[in-house]
Amino acid sequence: MLNSHQETTPGPEEEPSAEYVLHLYITGATPNSTRAVRNIKAICEQHLRGRYELLIIDIYQQPALAKREQIIAAPTLIKKQPLPLRRLIGDLSEEKKVLEALGLPDLPLSNSHE
Amino acid sequence: MQDHNATSLVSLPQLPKAPTGIDGLDEITEGGIPKGRPTLVCGSAGCGKTLMGVEFLVRGILEYDEPGVLMAFEETAEELTANVTSLGFDLNGLQAAGKLRIDHVHIDRSEIEETGEYDLEGLFIRLGYAIDSIGAKRVVLDTIESLFSGFPNQAVLRSEIRRLFRWLKDKGVTTVITAERGDGSLTRQGLEEYVSDCVILLDNRVIDQITTRRLRIVKYRGSTHGTNEYPYLITQEGISVLPVTSLLLNHEVSDELVSTGVPALDDMFGLKGFYKGSSILVTGTAGTAKTTLAAGFANEVCAKGGRCLFFAFEESPQQLVRNMNSVNIHLTPWLENGQLVIEASRPTLNGLEKHLVTIHKQVSIHKPDAVVIDPISNLITVGNIAEVRSMLTRLIDFLKVNNITALFTSLLSGRNERQEMTEEGVSSLVDTWISVRDLEGIGERNRGISILKARGMAHSNQVREFIVTREGIQLLDVVIGPEGIVTGASRLTQQLHEQAQARAARLELERKDRELARKRLVLEATIANLRTEFESVEEELRQISYEEQFRQRPSNGRNPLADAAEGGQSTTSADQ
Repeated sequence: MLNSHQETTPGPEEEPSAEYVLHLYITGATPNSTRAVRNIKAICEQHLRGRYELLIIDIYQQPALAKREQIIAAPTLIKKQPLPLRRLIGDLSEEKKVLEALGLPDLPLSNSHE
Repeated sequence: MQDHNATSLVSLPQLPKAPTGIDGLDEITEGGIPKGRPTLVCGSAGCGKTLMGVEFLVRGILEYDEPGVLMAFEETAEELTANVTSLGFDLNGLQAAGKLRIDHVHIDRSEIEETGEYDLEGLFIRLGYAIDSIGAKRVVLDTIESLFSGFPNQAVLRSEIRRLFRWLKDKGVTTVITAERGDGSLTRQGLEEYVSDCVILLDNRVIDQITTRRLRIVKYRGSTHGTNEYPYLITQEGISVLPVTSLLLNHEVSDELVSTGVPALDDMFGLKGFYKGSSILVTGTAGTAKTTLAAGFANEVCAKGGRCLFFAFEESPQQLVRNMNSVNIHLTPWLENGQLVIEASRPTLNGLEKHLVTIHKQVSIHKPDAVVIDPISNLITVGNIAEVRSMLTRLIDFLKVNNITALFTSLLSGRNERQEMTEEGVSSLVDTWISVRDLEGIGERNRGISILKARGMAHSNQVREFIVTREGIQLLDVVIGPEGIVTGASRLTQQLHEQAQARAARLELERKDRELARKRLVLEATIANLRTEFESVEEELRQISYEEQFRQRPSNGRNPLADAAEGGQSTTSADQ
């Protein structure tokens, strides 16, 4: 549940590997966190299939990261790439807002982002 | 302070308190802020809220060995560190020593998008992590209200802040939360609703172009506390809330005596001087040699081997030294060997509190036996009378508690020389009150000195005329004329008059002596004359008697004729 795609530590930066680099900071298995994970996965699969890198981090286990990444609210999704950096707080249930913040058009399966 | 606490702790256990280590604040709060509970510090911009928070942490670490966490919402760790370096706080060193954690919480509204339900657990985790990593006992949240700018959902925010304070309380850390002052409420976001254990309000007021910062404890649940507004300062050593040193009058007193520096003035006091540790007020109108008296006193203290601190609000040290040289008070040697320190500044340089703190600081540095403030009346230009009075009360208390003899001069305005209250109203606070005044007569002005009060000793009731000469201050003997005590030219007149009288009396005496001598001569001459006369009469009588005897010897039967002649003569004379 916690670490679905990669290991929690975002060790060596592999930026060119994916167009979208998203870090989701959650707080254990709280309802908000669970919902957030489910929602972001759905959105990514739906809109960014194959060109995203999602990292889910439990800040209970990595409290030092919370400081480094300036996490205040939980859950928080940080869009690292592409710039500008955005922080999406909340359980990501408002899909329209999420897409807007991620810079994705609100059209299902529209691949042309550039 | 410690003693005071000890005595008040006799019966029931008091609310545990965490001493802040901030100068004066622990006195007002009677021991510190509530231990293990949140305290709200609110105030407008520039009040020193952040500084108070930082100082609370630093002093906690240095003086009470309580590690601390600073969660800064407005400034980065670097900025904070740089800001407080000037106060001698080494945040980097403390961080390296594992005593301090600074966590800068960066909030950028433009980056944040709300996309559903959330809480502030991230903040809790960070704080919890920081606290646990160093075993912190103290936490400062510097302007947590910044959260309100970053997170639009107020309902969530408020409930989370409430939860945060609860959580901090449960963790048992003493927390200081700073908040911006709001309109009509203590804080802009109404944080006082959540933090209800202790609320400290800081205020920054400009009155007549002089800024005064004030601190007030709005509430302190479960404890008594000072309720007034206390001025406080941000000094080079951090925040200093003004010393409310002795709220009780129970200081030690001394029986030692200190000379006034003018021998004749000493004589006016029953015990030949002031008590050490007492406070003396010298009042007088302009030009009545108050400063000279003060300098004379300072000189005397130094000459006896003591240390003196002289606050001059009118003259520069150089000017003072030069002027006093002209009246044979030489301050230079004392200045050179450090026994005398002259602190000269314009009263308007600082607010009253700053002056008070300067005095406190200088006193703690120089540890003087006597302090002279010349004059206190000038401080009125800085604050209103009530403020000056309260400042002077504190000052006099402070000096008394430290057994420092204090001499203040005060200028009285114009005509109301006999005013029983000086403008500052300190006359009831001082132990000895000397009044110097003009005795204005016909065409001249003389100085008179008198003792209005001297607690604890007999004193002269006379108004003595004194003159400032090249040899210093001299008190003249009292001259009583036909209409009371006379001074100045009248004194001269009186003296001349007396001299003339004495001379006349002497001449009169001489004349009488001579008269007597003459009379004696006359009498003696008369006696001699009489004696001569007597002698001649005596001789004549003797002659007659001789002749008589001579005549009677032959007439024994031999010269009846002569007898008859005698008899015949006597009969004829009887017939006539």
